[in-house]
Amino acid sequence: MNTPPLFSLNSSTLLQSDDFVLFQLPRRFEIDSLELLERWRALQKMAHPDRFSMQGDAAKRLSLQWSTRINEAYQRLKDPLRRAAYLCHLNGVEINAQTNTAMPASFLMEQMNWREALDEAGSAADFDAIEHWVETQITTNEQAVAKLLDLEPDPNAAGAQVRAWMFLERFEQSVRERRDLKLSL
Amino acid sequence: MALLQISEPGRAPDPHQRRIAIGIDLGTTHSLVATVRHGVAECLPDHEGRVMLPSVVQYLPKGKRAIGHNASHAASADPQNTVTSVKRLMGRTLADLPHAQRWSVALVDLPGMVGIQTLEGVKTPVEVSAELLATLRQRAEESLDDDITGAVITVPAYFDDAQRQATKDAAKLAGLEVLRLINEPTAAAIAYGLDQASEGLFAVYDLGGGTFDISILRLSQGVFEVLATGGDSALGGDDYDHGLSEWVLERVGLRLDTASDKSLMLKTSRAVKERLSVDPSARFIVQLSSGTIDLEVRREAFEAITQHLTQKTLQACERALKDAKLKSKDLNGVVMVGGSTRMPQIQKSAEAWFGQAPLNNLNPDEVVALGAAIQANQLVGNHTEGDLLLLDVTPLSLGIETMGGLVERIVPRNQTVPTAMAQDFTTYQDGQTALMLHVLQGERDLVSDCRSLARFELRGIPPMAAGAAKIRVTFTIDADGLLSVQAQELSTKVQAQIQVKPSYGLSDDQIAKMLQEGFETAEVDMKTRALKEAQVNADRILMATQNALSQDGAILSVQEKTEIERLMLDLKRASCEDSAALIEERIDLLAKGTEAFAAERMNQGILQALRGQHIESLK
Repeated sequence: MNTPPLFSLNSSTLLQSDDFVLFQLPRRFEIDSLELLERWRALQKMAHPDRFSMQGDAAKRLSLQWSTRINEAYQRLKDPLRRAAYLCHLNGVEINAQTNTAMPASFLMEQMNWREALDEAGSAADFDAIEHWVETQITTNEQAVAKLLDLEPDPNAAGAQVRAWMFLERFEQSVRERRDLKLSL
Repeated sequence: MALLQISEPGRAPDPHQRRIAIGIDLGTTHSLVATVRHGVAECLPDHEGRVMLPSVVQYLPKGKRAIGHNASHAASADPQNTVTSVKRLMGRTLADLPHAQRWSVALVDLPGMVGIQTLEGVKTPVEVSAELLATLRQRAEESLDDDITGAVITVPAYFDDAQRQATKDAAKLAGLEVLRLINEPTAAAIAYGLDQASEGLFAVYDLGGGTFDISILRLSQGVFEVLATGGDSALGGDDYDHGLSEWVLERVGLRLDTASDKSLMLKTSRAVKERLSVDPSARFIVQLSSGTIDLEVRREAFEAITQHLTQKTLQACERALKDAKLKSKDLNGVVMVGGSTRMPQIQKSAEAWFGQAPLNNLNPDEVVALGAAIQANQLVGNHTEGDLLLLDVTPLSLGIETMGGLVERIVPRNQTVPTAMAQDFTTYQDGQTALMLHVLQGERDLVSDCRSLARFELRGIPPMAAGAAKIRVTFTIDADGLLSVQAQELSTKVQAQIQVKPSYGLSDDQIAKMLQEGFETAEVDMKTRALKEAQVNADRILMATQNALSQDGAILSVQEKTEIERLMLDLKRASCEDSAALIEERIDLLAKGTEAFAAERMNQGILQALRGQHIESLK
């Protein structure tokens, strides 16, 4: 039922095609992760350099190129945040996290409060509370992004939401580092 | 001149000819060689029936050397010229070694890598390792009575780029065609997984003589997918020996004055450690130049003084599981590998930490070599084990230096290889026309805490305002886990690239020189060798092309097919003459002439894989 129409593929453009076409998955945020895993394995079983170690140089080089491309696409599709950013890109919206800080306004206010909370955190309970907040936020964000990409497509709004999500992942990392530092002292 | 052979149309000359491939476990204390015979992987013994070759090389006068058991016996009599644990020196500079004074050989600072001062001059760790590899190659050739097509060599999963490159160089020096470097825990998983027909999530805990690795794998339908790996490439059984030795010396108030003392003390420590794996206590007896030691050591005391080492391995396990986003209860099994896992404290700690009894079904000394042999057998095309595929990962993050001595990560650790990742950078000053790229490996944020792999420059950037240039830096990691880096200014397409090798490891020139020297001592003509290699290569490529034509020749036009057959015939002719250069030239021509054909075959294969998948998922 959920199989996409075969094939917009033809062999000469396959290597240049986007990740979704390469894996023959519908171009949307919600994907079947088991299906993704199985396609990845099937493609690598065919293309991996280990399958070409007794071949000529041309075949070896191609196999390396293909296997690399398949892994690159798999890593991007597997990770929800990277997949979301990639979908924005395919829809003409660049994330440019370093230079573009456009995020939902309500989120900007809230993150300042939590940055302050992190600066003041000292006990395990403080860190637990912050971590819990980040986790909830990431879940909410993921749902929002899913909606803005799949159900009511709005790539610009999705882009802003993805930037907020990226901030949260970085924030989660600094919470972990700060916790290790504070609590190991 | 031999007559040219012509095979029946559409038939490969001998597609089912078996090729001989070996797996080598190049270990810190012992090395082994294995192969698959009659469908079963087995370690090959020496003339006296011993499969383990002590990783020891003794340099003797007049270019002679003793290797393995003979050298091992000489270790305390001639410690200055007997190299042990050389694996710990691979790809390392003197400055990298925290305990340089522990070594009984004299270490010297060479550009790129540490050297060992022997009576035969300074030897690099690469040369010493090559002696071990050549010994194992010879053993295999004699017991299999055939030429070796290629070898898979194992390295600790946590080996960095410099250590991997050094291992590959050593193999080249030993005259081995390296089919692939594979990670030791992954090799163990192959041997174990095939033996037990296991499916699911597994941890491989591999504590060897000088290295510790932890790998988390998912086994499914012949695919061995590494999810995360971690470890310490300078932590192993040797460190337990040193810990015991230092504790004993402190107790009795003696010092190690001579190289011979160091060597004796270590040998005794190792023996006592091994004794303590069986008995609750052991006597530590040794005669040093400064006095005699006779001390009763209890197992609990030994465990207490080495507890911090065991603890370090568990910390690495914790991080690897976290990276794999798993909990220990998710694991279907914990496989123990490496001689050092015989210590009861390791078994107990692993059981307590993972919350399940570890698996010790296979001989922990042999399992890595066996797995390497199975993979080697696959790679040369003898598919006796069915369809197995290894998908391994990068152990350490890779990045480049940015302003302020910070590392910008480009490839995070635990990425499936082969892989390529890119990031864009820009210039710092107005009119800047060159950019220095400093390639680093490690998990820390500061350049000074990471390993420097290489430096190279991108020149010829047209003068622009600071921040206007857009320089894309691409890291490419091949299936052996080796890195190359490319930088390109996007608006002008100015490019620079580097195969990461120079700052640690040996240059191609150095390798060529060592090869030459090796041949001089072995009295083999380098030309003969090069010709033979070229001929073997030509045969392999002709056979592969013939197979490709018989399978998929139909996708070619008559004209295209005739052209490829002409190129094959040219190569066949060349390989009957005695010019390696001519053969190489014809191989290149054939490669170029078959490029489009190979590309189309690959595309067809991918389409096939996807279609097969679709039929599967429709069921």
